Amino acid sequence: MWKTFKQIGSVGIITEAPPAPADELRVREQLQAQILATLGRALCIRQVDAGSCNGCELEIHALNNAFYNVEGLGVRFVASPRHADLLLVTGPVARNMELALKRTYDATPDPKLVVAIGDCGSMGGIFGCSYASAGAVGNVIPVDVAVPGCPPSPNRILAGILTAISASSRAR
Amino acid sequence: MAIRKWLDRSQPLAGAPGARSIDVGPNDWRQVALDVAASDGRLHALWTEGADRTAAQAVYAGDDFLLLVTLPLARDEATYPGLSDIFQTASRMQRAAADLTGVRALDTDARPWLRHAAWPADYRPLAAGEPVAAGELRADDYAFVRVGGDGVHEIPVGPVHAGIIEPGHFRFSVVGEKVLRLEERLGYVHKGIERLFARTRLTDGHRLAARVSGDSTVAYSWAYCQALEGLAGMQVPARALWLRALALEAERIANHLGDLGALGNDAGFAFGLAQLSRLKEIWLRATEAALGRRYLNDFVVPGGVAVDAEPERIAELAACVRSIAADAQVVRDIFDEHAGVRDRFVATGIVTPELAVQLGLVGLAARASGQDRDLRVDLPCAPYDELAVRKAVRNDGDVAARVAVRFDELAESVRLVGAIAAQLPSGGTRADVAVPAAGATGIGAVESWRGPVLVGLRAGEDGMIGRCHPHDPSWQNWPALEYAIIGNIVPDFPLINKSFNLSYSGHDL
Repeated sequence: MWKTFKQIGSVGIITEAPPAPADELRVREQLQAQILATLGRALCIRQVDAGSCNGCELEIHALNNAFYNVEGLGVRFVASPRHADLLLVTGPVARNMELALKRTYDATPDPKLVVAIGDCGSMGGIFGCSYASAGAVGNVIPVDVAVPGCPPSPNRILAGILTAISASSRAR
Repeated sequence: MAIRKWLDRSQPLAGAPGARSIDVGPNDWRQVALDVAASDGRLHALWTEGADRTAAQAVYAGDDFLLLVTLPLARDEATYPGLSDIFQTASRMQRAAADLTGVRALDTDARPWLRHAAWPADYRPLAAGEPVAAGELRADDYAFVRVGGDGVHEIPVGPVHAGIIEPGHFRFSVVGEKVLRLEERLGYVHKGIERLFARTRLTDGHRLAARVSGDSTVAYSWAYCQALEGLAGMQVPARALWLRALALEAERIANHLGDLGALGNDAGFAFGLAQLSRLKEIWLRATEAALGRRYLNDFVVPGGVAVDAEPERIAELAACVRSIAADAQVVRDIFDEHAGVRDRFVATGIVTPELAVQLGLVGLAARASGQDRDLRVDLPCAPYDELAVRKAVRNDGDVAARVAVRFDELAESVRLVGAIAAQLPSGGTRADVAVPAAGATGIGAVESWRGPVLVGLRAGEDGMIGRCHPHDPSWQNWPALEYAIIGNIVPDFPLINKSFNLSYSGHDL
């Protein structure tokens, strides 16, 4: 047990400051004031892989490491869409996943936010649209914020999430 | 060795070391498979062609060869003899091939595999010219095998899972907590990769290959380039090959650190995840500083690598890996001494060596079940022929064995990064690639962190890809998970699953 405590103590706190929200990632404006009032500073995220190569998932995982420490910001990944305020969706949306994604969206209580992750989630990426791929997440469910990149860095993904839950400086 | 007579009649094949090729008729198609099985060989991959030519193709692996067997078929003859009674692992590959080309094996299980309801049943993505209208948006009724008896019930899980995981469906038949049977249903992230390959230029295919399974991006892009460079008959600069190996070991280190942390977490020991995900992040940042990206997609390019690395950055990377190794060893010792972690890891999710042989298991999961095979040692491509990689092998076949293999391989990759940094040759990092003649065929094979990744490549007209089949080790190992869970309790499934950590995307294509 002492080895465990020694290791924890010797590492100390390594969490870095979070990035600022980035308005250029915003795709559409919802009634931000209402959403912010409902969600406050505690945000529950349901991640949905709708067809990604799993590269984006690796960087989403990184948000939970001690450097980004999203739980410290009040952001938590949850196991059910019914517990979620925000869907973090990677793509492209495989046609075999289209129904599951729509059902997940429908199961998420209002008000809800959707952040599309990666070149594929944002724009369809290298896979585009085909018999097997419906392309960008926005082709299947409404998207609030899109974070391109292949894969986007954890900081960029975090900026996207924080953008979704912050008031737009462009609004009004 | 019955297989020798086929090898004697085969031709050398472009690409991977030890690769050979032979064309056979319908009767010999099964005879080769029987002889490979009798010689302790394995089925490595199987695919079909149904567009500009019709054929079934299989790659077999033995101790010192990779043998591509081609069964040419007449255009109107869309069936071939199945192999699943010889190699169990052939079944899903044959079903997937039938979905994509309509070229069908004559085996009993004719259920679709990659096709769900999203496109019409008579649409053959790799045979048809133009795409048809999308299918219906409905859940199809897949014929799961049902388990009867008093108190037996089913737990359906997925496709959307309760974590940051890829989608797939698991159907558990359980009594109380105990799992009687697991049946997997995959194909949810099928996004038409093989059809897209046939619309891609040979010199651009590495970008798509790099996105077959993001966690193995270096392995896939290298395997693709190895096949292409073999077709072009070219020499890749030595420095580029050593940098590719550096990238491949960097990928192995990142994945092992991440998965070992997650395994600690799944055993209820969050400390493991906190520590090892910290080390992984440090490693990814060092990788970015040295090689330009955290994850090295598009680092391996036809003819070499995309960027050279400065000597100071390489030295920093080597220093970083040493400090990570020291910290990882601390965590390993804590895992080894932690009663709760040991209780969850030991004797959980066992795949015996006998079962591993029967299922044709590959990669790290096979090595944890006593199968000492690693392409970096058995059929090494440069620079692995100079690096003398040590295989990590365990015999217990449980979660603890897979954890031990991962820690051992992590330590070995740390050594390799140091060795590569010390011996990195000077010179160019990229050479020109000539466009191969239409019809030229080759394979690439690279040992990814998960296991052997294989790419079968045939050049088409005008510099386009004729056919490209990327094959993930997950094809062989997914069925093993169905066995590993039998008799275990449902709450141990995430732990067992993570100890394999198989790719959905690499399998669903």
